[in-house]
Parts: sequence; C-alpha cells; structure tokens
Amino acid sequence: MTTRTFGQRIRRNEDPVLLTGQALFTDDVNLPGMLHVAFKRSDYAHARILSIDTSLAAAIEGVVAIYTAADLGDYWRPGPLLVSPPPIKDVVFNTRTQVPLARDKVRHVGEPIAMVVATSRYIAEDAAELIFVDVEPLPVVVDMEQALDPAAPLIHEDLTQNLVAHVIQQKGDYAAAKAQADVVVSRRLYYDHGVAAAMENRGVVANWDRKSQHLTVWDTTQAPVVIRNGLSGLLGLSAAQVRVIAPFIGGGFGPKIMMFYPEEVLVPWVSMQLNRPVKWIEDRRENFMSTTHERDQVHWAEIALSKEGRILGFKDFFLHDNGAYGPYGLTVPINSQCTLLGCYDVPAYYSEFKAVFTNKMYVTPYRGAGRQHGVFVMERMLDFAAQELGLSVHEIRRKNFIPPAAFPYNNAIIYQDFAPLVYDSGNYEPALDKALDLIDYDRFVREEQPKLRAEGRLVGIGLVSYVEGTGIGPYEGARVQIEPNGLVNVATGIGTQGQGHFTSFAQLVADQVGVDVRHVRISTGDTDKFHWGTGTFASRGAVVAGNAVHAAAERVREKILKLASEELEAAPEDLELTDGVVRVKGVPGSAIKLGDLAVRANPLRGAVKPGMEPGLEATAYFGPERGVTASGIHALIVEVDPETMQVQIKRYVTVHDCGRVINPLILDGQIHGGIAQGIGNAFYEKVVYDANGQLLNGSFMDYLIPTSMEVPRIEVDHVETPSPSNPLGIKGAGEAGAIPTGPAFAQAVENALAPFGVEILEIPLSPNRLYELVQARRQEA
Amino acid sequence: MSETMMISLTVNGQRYQRQVEPRLLLSDFLRHELDLTGTHVGCEHGVCGACTILVDGVAVRSCLMFAVQADGCELLTVEGLAPGPEQLHPLQAAFRQAHALQCGFCTPGFLMTLAPWLAQHPNPTDEEIRLALSGNLCRCTGYQHIVEAVKMAAEIC
Repeated sequence: MTTRTFGQRIRRNEDPVLLTGQALFTDDVNLPGMLHVAFKRSDYAHARILSIDTSLAAAIEGVVAIYTAADLGDYWRPGPLLVSPPPIKDVVFNTRTQVPLARDKVRHVGEPIAMVVATSRYIAEDAAELIFVDVEPLPVVVDMEQALDPAAPLIHEDLTQNLVAHVIQQKGDYAAAKAQADVVVSRRLYYDHGVAAAMENRGVVANWDRKSQHLTVWDTTQAPVVIRNGLSGLLGLSAAQVRVIAPFIGGGFGPKIMMFYPEEVLVPWVSMQLNRPVKWIEDRRENFMSTTHERDQVHWAEIALSKEGRILGFKDFFLHDNGAYGPYGLTVPINSQCTLLGCYDVPAYYSEFKAVFTNKMYVTPYRGAGRQHGVFVMERMLDFAAQELGLSVHEIRRKNFIPPAAFPYNNAIIYQDFAPLVYDSGNYEPALDKALDLIDYDRFVREEQPKLRAEGRLVGIGLVSYVEGTGIGPYEGARVQIEPNGLVNVATGIGTQGQGHFTSFAQLVADQVGVDVRHVRISTGDTDKFHWGTGTFASRGAVVAGNAVHAAAERVREKILKLASEELEAAPEDLELTDGVVRVKGVPGSAIKLGDLAVRANPLRGAVKPGMEPGLEATAYFGPERGVTASGIHALIVEVDPETMQVQIKRYVTVHDCGRVINPLILDGQIHGGIAQGIGNAFYEKVVYDANGQLLNGSFMDYLIPTSMEVPRIEVDHVETPSPSNPLGIKGAGEAGAIPTGPAFAQAVENALAPFGVEILEIPLSPNRLYELVQARRQEA
Repeated sequence: MSETMMISLTVNGQRYQRQVEPRLLLSDFLRHELDLTGTHVGCEHGVCGACTILVDGVAVRSCLMFAVQADGCELLTVEGLAPGPEQLHPLQAAFRQAHALQCGFCTPGFLMTLAPWLAQHPNPTDEEIRLALSGNLCRCTGYQHIVEAVKMAAEIC
C-alpha cells in the first residue's frame, strides 16, 4: 500500500507555477481587442444626484462608451439578497442591496456612478475624471449610535428608520439567573474592524462570443458557481451559455465571496453590448472604498456568576454597523451573537441586536465574519469577572468549559447556517493545559513578570479560548476521474485563494486510489469543469468539498476494484492499489496500471453493460446537516514601551483543535496568516471615516497592515478531537487564527499596563489610544 | 496622449524595442505590452512590493517607474529567476519546501527582493531576514514560513 498521505506535511502541487510567474490571475487575462473599464465614483457619502455630464469624457479619443444608470434600461436593478435572514422568531429584516450604478442618490463614498469603456485603462481613467456629477449633498450618518436617532437622515428613504434588522435570541431565563447571581459585571465594549486587504484587488474580465453565443467570465470570486448561476439569470442567458472561471485568486478572506458587486454585474453586460472582451481591474484605492468592509459593533454586555465563578447567565445588546447596503443578510451579526457563547456552558443567554444602515461601504464577512466580535465580548467579560472573583483568567475559563461528555452540545439558538447551534465535539481542557505549559504561564506570572516590573518594564500575559463554527452546508461536490495516462483529474466547484486545495484534495484522492499526490490534478473554480457548489467561505473548503472529494475517490476506488477483480480474476479484497497500479496482494506479476484499466473501462467495442458506467469516474456530494465546531487557545506575552506605548509581542502560542488534520504544513500556514491578520486588527488596522463619511486612510501608506517586523514567530501546537459529523473527522481552520487575537491582545496589554489600572474595552488599539487611556487614568488619580 | 517614445531594453535576457507612451508604468509595460504577467500589481503606490523586479541588478518597484525610464536597462522579472525550464532558483525551491506562499500573489515580489539581498547576505540572522522582508506585504502567511525559506535558501546557496 502506498504510504498514507493524510496527516503528512506534503509540499504543495500548485507552488511551481506560482513561484515562476506562470499562474494565471484575473488581470493576466489579455485578449485580442479587449476594452478597459474605469468607474466614476461618488466623492460624497450621501447626496442626491442632480445631473451627470459625460460630454467632455465622451469626446476623448479612445473612449468607446460611457454608461450611467439611465443607460442600463431593464438591466438596472438592485443586486440579489444572498443570504436571507435565519428562521428566528420575530426577526425584523429590511432588504436593501447595492445597485449597479447610482441612480437618484449616492449612499457611500466610492459608489459607482458612471462606467467608462475605452481602448486602454489609462484613457478610461482620463475620461472618468472628466465626468461631472452635480449633486445636492445630504446630511450624513456615520456613527452607528446615531443611525436610529429619529432625527437622523434616512439612507433608504422608503424605510421609516435606518434599521437593517432587529433580532433577539435567548435560551434559559436570564432574569432568573441574574437574581441568583453572586456577582454581576457589566461593560460597554467596542469592536471596530478593517478591510481584508487581499494583496490582489478585485477584477473581472468578460468575453461574449457572439458567434457561439457564449459568455466567459474570469472573476476574482470565491464562489464561481453562484456567480455563474446569478449572471446567467440577470443576462437572460441559459446557465450553459455562461462559464465563470475563478483562476488563481490573490487572497479572498471573505469580500470576494459572491457579492454581485456592481462591477461584477456590469462588465459581462458591457461585453455583450459591445461584442468585445472587456476588463476591469480594481486599484487599491477602489479596493478601500468599494470592496466590502467588516466594521463596528458596540456591545452592552452583562455577565452573572456564582461566587465560585460559574457563569449563570449572559445578557448582551449590540449595534452592528452594516454600511449602506446589506447584500449578505445577517451572517456577520448572527456569527457575533452565536460565537459569543464560546467554549462555555452558559445556562441562560439573552442576546439582542440591531443592525443599522450608515453612509459607509457595506459590511460583509471578512475572515472571522463577526465571530471575533462575540469572542472579544465574552472573553473580556470573563476577565473582568475573574478580577471581581479573585480568580485567574485560566481558572475562570476552566470552570466554565463545556465538559467532553456533554457533546454534542446544543446551545439552543440558531446559527448562520439556519441550523441550531450545536457543537459536534470538543475537548477544551487539554488545549488549555498545553497552552499554559507552552507559554510557561505560572512561571511568567510568579517569577518573570514581578522581576521585570521591578525594573520598570511593562510586560503582560494574555490567554483566551474560542470556538469557530466551520464547515457549514449546504453542500459541495466533486468528480474524480482516472485518465488513460494514469493521472487523476479532480474537479470541484469551489474557488481557491491560497488554501492549498490542489494539494490537500490531491492527498485525499491519492490515499484512495493509490497514486502519487503529484499525479492528482485538481481543478477548482471553473464552472465548465464542475457546475455544482456554493463556494469557499466559512472555513468550509476542506470540510465540505474535501469530504465530497473523498467520497468521489472512494467510489472510483470501488470501480477500480470491481473491474480489476474481473480482469485479474481475484476477489476485490485480495487486491491492492499502490503506486498507480492495482495488483493481487503478494503476486508481483499481476499488476495492471490504473491508466490501462481506465482504457478498458471505456471500450471501443463490446458493451458497457446495463448498470455499468464507462470509465473510472465518479461524482459525489457532501451536504452536512450543520457545521462543525473547531476551537483553541491563544496566549501571548507583550511588552509595552512606557514612552511610545508601542506594543511588542514577545511570544505567541496557539493550541488549535480542528479535528483530524489533512496537511499540517498547510494548517500551520493558515493559522500563522490568521494570527497576522488578527494582530493587524488588534493594533494596526482601522478604517477611518470623518464626520462627512470621507474615507481618510484608503492607501497602504495610511492603513497599516502588519509587516514581518510586527508579526512575531508563532508557536503552534494541536489537539485533535475528530468531528463525528463527517467521514474524515475534520473541521475547518481558515478563520481560526484571526478570531481570538483581539481579546488575547487586549488582555495582555491590560495586564502589562496593570500598574496604571487601565481597562481595555475596545479593539483596535494603537499607541496613541493606549497613551490616551493611560493619561485618562493618571488624571483620574 | 498619442505622443510616444521608442525604448529598447533587455528583459530576462531577451531584447525588446517598443513604442510607448511616456506615462506608461513599467509594471503595466511588462504585464500588458510584453505579457510578462508574473510581476504582480498590488497597490500602485510603492508600498506592497508585489511588483518588485531587478533593474540592472537592483530590486525596484516597477509601479514607481515609467517604462521610458527603463530605456537601455537590463531587467530581470520572476519569469527569468529560475536557471532553466522545469528548474527552480534555490529561493523558489526553499519557498516551496517551507510553504512560504499561499495565494502566491505577493510571492514574485518577495523573490525578486530577496534574490539580490541573499547574494549579499549569505548567512543572515532571523532579525536581518525580517528587516529585509519588511518592505514587502504578504496577507496570507504571517511571514514565518518566508523567514524559514530564506534561511533554508541561504544554506542551499
């Protein structure tokens, strides 16, 4: 038997083309006769459009066409609502989705108003600058806490207030729990957020071929099948006439999911209008203004505990800043609401939120997708409760962990996938013990910290736990086929943005059919190769598509064994698949190459008998009833410079449990990258809008994403609690790193600044903000 | 904007002559005029480093140069880094070995920044490597595996 590759640190199949500049990204598509698009975008956050003058722009040589909303005819319509609200009792939800080009008014800076098509991008941008939009500026809603003020201007005038949604979920009786509590702690907590800032901006290339009546779209999307199905409907084409290709994507992280962005909808339409290939590539400034963000929440939280430190109940009300439109429904705030419960047994929970419209770029999932907001609130509240009770931060967590015997554990509220929030499996204490051990928690607190503090150094330690709901449905599929040359082709519908699918999926197939991992070729994100699926998001690629690939490979293995048992006149159980051949165990001369077997399975004469299928090929689907819950512990040691308030991370430890691990090398990379984004979120990254809704820091010079100097070495360890919910026993890992970093960082910094008595109630922090907090405490004293 | 200039330059050992607009960025020239799309554009304001190439042996950001400024220069892009087809430069091999790339979009810029640097710093410490990397942004890896790859490459070189 070929060595099992599951669980091995296998080098990636996709690397050679990426390392040598041969990989195709969307902007690398260059077609003969291609036209280029640039957009005239709104300079105002909220304004009524009075007139648009394109005459000067149209006169520029090389400009082929200019479109405003009025030119789109029936094609002008608001984008689809991608995720309807979950079936929660009495949920209030107002659908207002983005429009292709602003018609009567603009609702955020960067909203597209006109589209220029020209022979080069340079000319298109020249022309866009010469489009004059006369507007009547309107009062602006920037602060989410003012959005529901009766005097606030209405962003969508057909609504009576700027309310996106109002949702209440509860379990148990919080009031009764509070009445029995020995300690009740309440705080107001604020969590801001930034942008995904994938290194590759968005882009769309569309080519309508009039002669074949076929549209090909290269799109930086995480969900090509959904985009293909949606575009064909919008354009009045059959789905078979549209091929969407998500080629190599330079980072997704959520905002590239399946948004039906204005540009994504317009570029294919223009290609059909002009019978020419058309390209639009977003620049970095546009990416800051008009790729979705993930942003502010303000929570008013209360935790009720017994004097022993057991959580009796938790109450939370929060506001969620949704931005100007809401194409992705309630996924982000529902994630916050649900993930708040964390690793803990919380008998009574009352959670209420209101999501509001503001005049800012709209909010959709970005790595963590609101989960980190919930984790921040629970973890900070536990820290404050621990202080009141005289417990250590790890004692209070340990006391409240859901015990291993309690799984599957039903939290009795509804999750983003519409299913009850049930944790499939978990075992939290071993991870805690490992993390305490790795970071040498007790020794740091007992010896190192007092010694350094005595020297005037501000050092602190933080430790938090988290869960991550991953691997949600509805389904993914895959087709596995042995080719006559012995290579194995696999196609799946999800897109790939660096997660290593070309390798981890290949491992799953290689283990079933007994070939080298390098001989398995994965195709992702091309709807002509596979046209069923949902997409890559919610840490679901490995869990859902991976299990589909595994199932299809199992079926191919069965076909191989069946055919080979006839050819070799041996029972299937006496056969082995190894090194690309099938042979009778212990009979060396009996081998048949898989490729030869594939040829025999597809004969030119004779008959493929009823009940048989040609070829060694199978398609399978995996549709989990609900997601699977990964978990972990993050711990870090920081030092704050007393002069500059710069924070240096001295050590960062993570113990992670995502069930069985397909490829630990890839998993480590996912965790490192998530933590790097979490560190950015905690201390460096913040999207700043001024009172007029102007984006003030829309460049990499002003919006700081962490470099190699800010991200420390990360020490990763694992606990493996297999999921009982899928055959591979795996759980998702994509977002894990980014979720608990904020509260861990806040706790460590607060601990470092303990001599000043500062309380950290917000993320992101910054040197300036820490200085303000310390100064405020000094003045109080 | 129809005024153009004739430039001639060498890219990856091949000589090119082209008539270009003076305002054409070198990054766009490489990508769209020469179809050398391995050089990636991440920010077009000189911060992310994805578009880094070698101009006369020195790492520069091709989004901060006009094509006409490269007239008469010798350029190396990621397509020309490996010694031959089906082969990898030691840095490329080490990046693969250490899993130093995920989406791979920023990778050409890292490779082209590090190739000349490594030649001048054959035995770098972790700290020196991190400093050398700090002008290039990566959003996927958290840099740790890149640091490991550079150490690995230093041993191979």
